[in-house]
Amino acid sequence: MSLSTRAQHSAVEAPPGMPSRLDGELLEVSMGPQHPSTHGVFRMNVALEGEVVRRLKPVFGYLHRNHEKIGENTSYLGSMPYTDRLDYICSMSNNWGYALSVEKLAGIEVPERAEYLRVILAELTRLVNHASLLGFLLSDMGAWGTPLMYAFRERENILDLFESLSGSRMMCDYMRFGGCRCDLPPGWMERARKVVDGFPHFLDEFEQLITGNEILIARTQEVGKLSAELAISAGITGPGLRASGVNYDLRKVDGYGFYPRFKFRVPLGEHGDCYDRLMMRVLELRETLGILRQAMDDLPAGPIMNPKVKIRAFKPPVGEAYGRIEAPKGELGFYLISDGSGNPYRYRVRPPSLINLTVLEDMCLGHTVADVMVILGSIDIVMGEVDR
Amino acid sequence: MAFRCARGNAIPVLLKKSGLAFLHRNVSGFLDQIFVLGKQWLLSFLAGAPDWVGQIASSLLNISALLAVFLTLFALMSLFERKILARIQNRYGPNRVGPFGLLQPVADGIKMLIKEDIVPARADKVVHFLAPILIAAAAILALGIIPYGRNMTPFTIDGGILFFFAVGSTNEVGVFMAGWGSNNKFSMLGAMRAIAQMVSYELPLIITVLPVVMVTGSLTPDAIVAAQGGYSLGILPHWFVFTPWGAVAFILFFVSGLVESNRTPFDVPEGESEIVAGHMTEYSGFKYAIFFLAEYFGMFAVSGLAVTLFLGGWHAPFSVLQFVPSYLWFFLKLGVLLFVFIWIRGTLPRIRVDQMMSFAWKFMLPMAFTCVIAAAIWHYQGRRLSGSLWSLGWIVLVYLTLSRVLGVGKKFAPRTYRFAE
Repeated sequence: MSLSTRAQHSAVEAPPGMPSRLDGELLEVSMGPQHPSTHGVFRMNVALEGEVVRRLKPVFGYLHRNHEKIGENTSYLGSMPYTDRLDYICSMSNNWGYALSVEKLAGIEVPERAEYLRVILAELTRLVNHASLLGFLLSDMGAWGTPLMYAFRERENILDLFESLSGSRMMCDYMRFGGCRCDLPPGWMERARKVVDGFPHFLDEFEQLITGNEILIARTQEVGKLSAELAISAGITGPGLRASGVNYDLRKVDGYGFYPRFKFRVPLGEHGDCYDRLMMRVLELRETLGILRQAMDDLPAGPIMNPKVKIRAFKPPVGEAYGRIEAPKGELGFYLISDGSGNPYRYRVRPPSLINLTVLEDMCLGHTVADVMVILGSIDIVMGEVDR
Repeated sequence: MAFRCARGNAIPVLLKKSGLAFLHRNVSGFLDQIFVLGKQWLLSFLAGAPDWVGQIASSLLNISALLAVFLTLFALMSLFERKILARIQNRYGPNRVGPFGLLQPVADGIKMLIKEDIVPARADKVVHFLAPILIAAAAILALGIIPYGRNMTPFTIDGGILFFFAVGSTNEVGVFMAGWGSNNKFSMLGAMRAIAQMVSYELPLIITVLPVVMVTGSLTPDAIVAAQGGYSLGILPHWFVFTPWGAVAFILFFVSGLVESNRTPFDVPEGESEIVAGHMTEYSGFKYAIFFLAEYFGMFAVSGLAVTLFLGGWHAPFSVLQFVPSYLWFFLKLGVLLFVFIWIRGTLPRIRVDQMMSFAWKFMLPMAFTCVIAAAIWHYQGRRLSGSLWSLGWIVLVYLTLSRVLGVGKKFAPRTYRFAE
């Protein structure tokens, strides 16, 4: 077959369902699930006009593993380690969210020391999450690994702390309803203080590296704008919502745990674009460091577990409860219905990643392919939580 | 001594000359010309043969030397790039294969060779096969005209610079063949981006060369290097980068070179996080390696030309250092430029396609023309300090006007945020 007929042949024989000509028709590209920067097995069916996105349909479910149904068939305690796998970067926050809803369901008191520990660990998790998010986002933008490795250097320090406390770096399974699993090992607090004291140095460096960078500013400002109205009506939470200027932080609104005891501010954006979302994380990191210092100074002595709670043969009274926390990615809620037996009758997770993802198309339309990756990165999703 | 390697009848004469020189010259002169003399010695075995045999043998020697040097440099560069990037990123980099990981390129080469060569079922197989070959050939050809040392230009062509760009732009055809032949949408997008950016940046790339050609009055790389010889006060070399127009033209040339060789922050055609690997998405095994080879060779060629045009070619930076062989100076300067390439890759995020295009047409191109006029001012002011100042003033004026007209600083700036208690 000669060259010319060969070329014609391949031009005519387009894949099924695709237009065979390129005369102004949209080019449909399936980005993912095997794609370098879709943050896991996420897929977007994108219709492009040149480089501009005209239609975007997220497809997910590749990581679905019946998390909620399994939760209904295991004991209350049995779900605890399984919540680690939801947002596998922030297992401590997930533990807390679940523990909080069970405590609400059964009316369990938590000792003071345990509450402080929870705050410390959840805020350390926030450091991990936001630092890695900034790294991943810069990676999506094409900064070949350097910011990511810098962020991971700090993350390593914190994961080491988690490891010495709970025995695992990422799947911590540390909290229990009624307190925490074990007390701090000797010397842990000194090491944690060292990590927290060293963090601002990294943050200064990082902030200088990224926020003053002209390319980064040009790539993120005015890209992927999300209006406050749309954010509220779509149920967006977390830094994405605050970047649009809505003052809504569950640590302030609900005041769960001992957060009302700590002094911290909530940064608010006004444009709602990728740059604001990125800066929300940077600014939140600084506030988080403040909370950590206060909590470490005030940490009281005492038990870490409510002795009245029988966590093994745990049977809460009939009823229902919704416990929610401000996870690093947004509002993480667990809804439980108890029928008095050892398993929950209904176990439902409200994952921030999934709900924040719903506005992806609205944010992406009219932007280019390159922007889609930045916007997706700035939403901050983890597929373990989206698909459950 | 003007040594023309392609001219067979000059060889016996030169042999006589260099034979005498061999006895009388000092050691540094000998070291400087060691490769030239070596080649003449090899060719002396053909002394009795007809002219055309000598010519072909001379060309073949040049080609094999060129390939040997740059293939080695490619292997070393791929290792050093990973090592340096790793150091920038707070990692170790390859250190398992051989001492300090020095054999890593060999391991990579073997891996690439024994990998399966996958051709997509719907691909245009001929075009898909030819694309890497064309790209690699174009990249190698461009290396031929660069003077690597005193009397060490593989092929002296009168319009050498013109040849460089003519061959360099063949690259685009290859990229588009790869993108089209793969029958993959990511490849196609990548190829479209590549064509757009290469065509746009070829303009500033060529126009920044224009002042050098104007000032030296020659398109031959050897003449351009020769024009940059000599020193003021014995320390300041007469490199074009030390003139105001030369400095600006060098920066513009380097940035355009970054684009032409698809390097960060302009690696848009193969933007890994966006379109997987652009035109290389459907390539595997050795064809993929050839794309990498072509990318590196392109980088060597652009850096080499930048050294030739602006950094004085093989001239030493200080007159007291002239005893060091000339080719060492060339490769040292080349190494510095390549390090900057890697450094930039380890530092900057990628720019977006539309921003890149507007940067090319709204900023790079006017600045390139500014350089041409600045060089003219410099020349007609007698190439002295006053000329330098006048041309510097002109460049600053245009730069400030441009940045005011474009208003980039107003559009994009860091922000301040409010806090809720």
